[in-house]
Amino acid sequence: MLGRLSWAAIPFDVPVVMIAAGSVGFIIFCVLVLVTVKGWWPYVWREWITSVDHKRIGVMYLILALLMLVRGFSDAMLMRSQLALAAGHAQGYLPPEHYDQIFSAHGTIMIFFVAMPFVVGLMNFVLPLQLGVRDVAFPVLNSVSFWLTAAGVLLVNVSLVVGEFARTGWLAYPPLSEVAYSPGVGVDYYLWSLQISGLGTLLSGINLLTTILKLRAPGMGYRQMPIFCWTALASNLLIVASFPILTATFAMLLLDRYCGFHFFTNDLGGNPMMYVNLIWSWGHPEVYILILPAFGVFSEVVATFSGRPLFGRRSMIMATMAICVLSFLVWLHHFFTMGAGADVNAFFGIATMIIAVPTGVKIFNWLFTLYGGRIRFTVPVYWTIGFMVTFVIGGMTGVLMAIPPADFVLHNSLFLIAHFHNVAIGGVVFGVMAGISYWFPKAFGFTLNERLGKAVFWCWFFGFYLAFMPLYVLGLMGATRRMQHYSNLHWQPLMLVALGGALLILLGIALTIVQFAVSIRDRHRNRDVTGDPWNGRTLEWSTPSPPPAWNFSNLPQVDRADAFWAMKQQPRAAQDRNVTRTYEAIPIPRNNPTGFFLAFCAVLLGFSLIWRIWWGAELGLLGAIVVCLIQAWRTDGETEVPADRVAAFERLNGLKERAV
Amino acid sequence: MSAAEQTLAAADAVPLSLRGPAPKRVVAGYGFWLFLLSDIVIFAALFAAYAVLSGETAGGPTAAALFDKKHVLIETACLLASSVTCGFGSLAVQSGERTSTYFWMAITFILGVTFLSLEVSEFSHMLSIGAGPSRSAFLSAFFTLVGTHGLHVTIGLCWLIVMILQVATLGFQPMVSRRFFCFGLFWHALDIVWIGVFTIVYLGAHL
Repeated sequence: MLGRLSWAAIPFDVPVVMIAAGSVGFIIFCVLVLVTVKGWWPYVWREWITSVDHKRIGVMYLILALLMLVRGFSDAMLMRSQLALAAGHAQGYLPPEHYDQIFSAHGTIMIFFVAMPFVVGLMNFVLPLQLGVRDVAFPVLNSVSFWLTAAGVLLVNVSLVVGEFARTGWLAYPPLSEVAYSPGVGVDYYLWSLQISGLGTLLSGINLLTTILKLRAPGMGYRQMPIFCWTALASNLLIVASFPILTATFAMLLLDRYCGFHFFTNDLGGNPMMYVNLIWSWGHPEVYILILPAFGVFSEVVATFSGRPLFGRRSMIMATMAICVLSFLVWLHHFFTMGAGADVNAFFGIATMIIAVPTGVKIFNWLFTLYGGRIRFTVPVYWTIGFMVTFVIGGMTGVLMAIPPADFVLHNSLFLIAHFHNVAIGGVVFGVMAGISYWFPKAFGFTLNERLGKAVFWCWFFGFYLAFMPLYVLGLMGATRRMQHYSNLHWQPLMLVALGGALLILLGIALTIVQFAVSIRDRHRNRDVTGDPWNGRTLEWSTPSPPPAWNFSNLPQVDRADAFWAMKQQPRAAQDRNVTRTYEAIPIPRNNPTGFFLAFCAVLLGFSLIWRIWWGAELGLLGAIVVCLIQAWRTDGETEVPADRVAAFERLNGLKERAV
Repeated sequence: MSAAEQTLAAADAVPLSLRGPAPKRVVAGYGFWLFLLSDIVIFAALFAAYAVLSGETAGGPTAAALFDKKHVLIETACLLASSVTCGFGSLAVQSGERTSTYFWMAITFILGVTFLSLEVSEFSHMLSIGAGPSRSAFLSAFFTLVGTHGLHVTIGLCWLIVMILQVATLGFQPMVSRRFFCFGLFWHALDIVWIGVFTIVYLGAHL
């Protein structure tokens, strides 16, 4: 009846898990009670769950990512504290089978459910505003993408309490991830949650790519497009080209596990090394899917807060597109030690080093933009400068490991761990944090507290260096990744320093929450009534904060890059003359619960497949088909905002602005 | 020059990329094209896996021993012909002719079902002689690649039924025409993939 599921699946005997799950369950219960008692359900359902507004969906992605950051970071704290303790004969407090699940969950969650929703959320929120249009190409599909991602998140977190998670590392290499060596449901949790959320990511990539290529304000050609849109274009091209490889690879592993196929098994001709090749043909582009939008954020921040156009805009675009292409030519550097031979390794080593060239171009572009600019040292600028210092170090250790002989020494050591955290934290996390503090006033209509924002930055900045510089040294001393304890007592002091760094980052995360709370408390004092709190350059700052559901009452007319800056340079009289005072009714998409219901069916389907509850899987699939059919026959997908409501909104905003 | 021609010439003077948001029909078609490209990447991964594993028969039957060229040729003919009839159907949709839409789409459906049943008969024959997907890595890759194409055809046939019902209930609304256009793209893309399967898997077996 319930497949493999029974009470034995719930680890009542593991206090760490039960306490963690219990407190999370309690918090969720309290939130639900609060929402019910206050009668907020209609609001939550109408304005968020069924919303197809790209701004709301973007914000939901970011909230999801922040929550999962806390989850992924708790895994990190467990690992760091375990390694601080488990030296010599001490075994620490985490047995190997539990520790293995923790590092697998940490990697999986941080990449797929923190970094990805962060980046996709930022792109979702910003792109239509920067492009000067009213929404993404397919608003309902956008909501479906978000809710599928949320479904994947739910499944991963359920694995904490019901059953187990994979013990295979975050990429689940076979033959370890095959049934013969991982007979439990851990790998199935991993595979199904990533298949479901991966589908969401792919659909979101198609959606955003169509938006950039087909929906732009009149006059905005590719040469006039803001730089963040260019980096998002590259990132979404990579999503559309690489996520299908991930889907196909996981499908093959699933067939091996469920139907006894022999793609990656040790026997009957299977080839585990093919998995490693396939997964990294997705995995390396994935690195650039995450970092390129972060580069875009830094470009916007640098130009805005230096008060001048981005230096070398054209070379920045070319560097972005060069990275986009090259990212598909370097995957093998993740496994030089597999034995592809000297020629192949040399090719991929050189290709890897070549990627450093366009990246270097970018660093110099940012430097020269800052040079001679009138820099305002706001929180986004802190993150940007912190990024430039940190990322250069991470980039250089990367080039070091691109040399195959050096990689043979450093492969799978803590040196590698330090390297990719150096670029992932110093690049993606810093970029996202810069982006959040930069666009927060646009989304909510008030600025974030600057003092606390800077405190958060310093915690992350020093915390990062304390946590990961020791790992470089430990790696050179021979410490490997994914070890649950070690016998060499000389490693312990550095492990303790690393724990200190992690605690500092923990303080940074706690201060982020305080920053949000304080900023919300002071929101009336920090209100952004002009819609342009930073003296911005691109179109998102030309519309009120927060923007109306239709973004722009009249579509802006663009004739150059930095379109809004150019508009502001015109004399006041000309600006007034340019503003059209007549408004037309604006068609906007209606709310739609399709995404939410599809995600519900996807969770049922995934959970049932994981536990081999076949009737549940059939029910989930059938439900999904029914939801799609209902959507197919929906003919009232759009509604209109009448012209007088648009006019009233504009009048109100004009009044607010004049009052300043 | 008439007024209409003048506006046309004026519109041409502005490059396509500067004209502002594209109309819905273009956006929908373009987005679906991108989806098809991503779908083709899935097939690319499966083709790559087949290329790597096609020699790994683990002492079991080889490709040359298993595949019946004549059988596959009929399959291919059915699928290619269905693409032609689907094209006629799309023309009928464009001109809003209900009867001829039903006619051509019904033929497309029948050809698709024929293709599918031929494939199922091939698969069941292979299973009956012990050449199932768990026999060797080669057969795993074969069943996955060809089966995924078959799954796409199945989904296409279901989609076709839905589209016929949509025409019957909603008529040729812009929304329905856009979906029919996407269906056409999907069906032709399956042909392109099949040409790859036919060449690499079936003809390749006899090299």
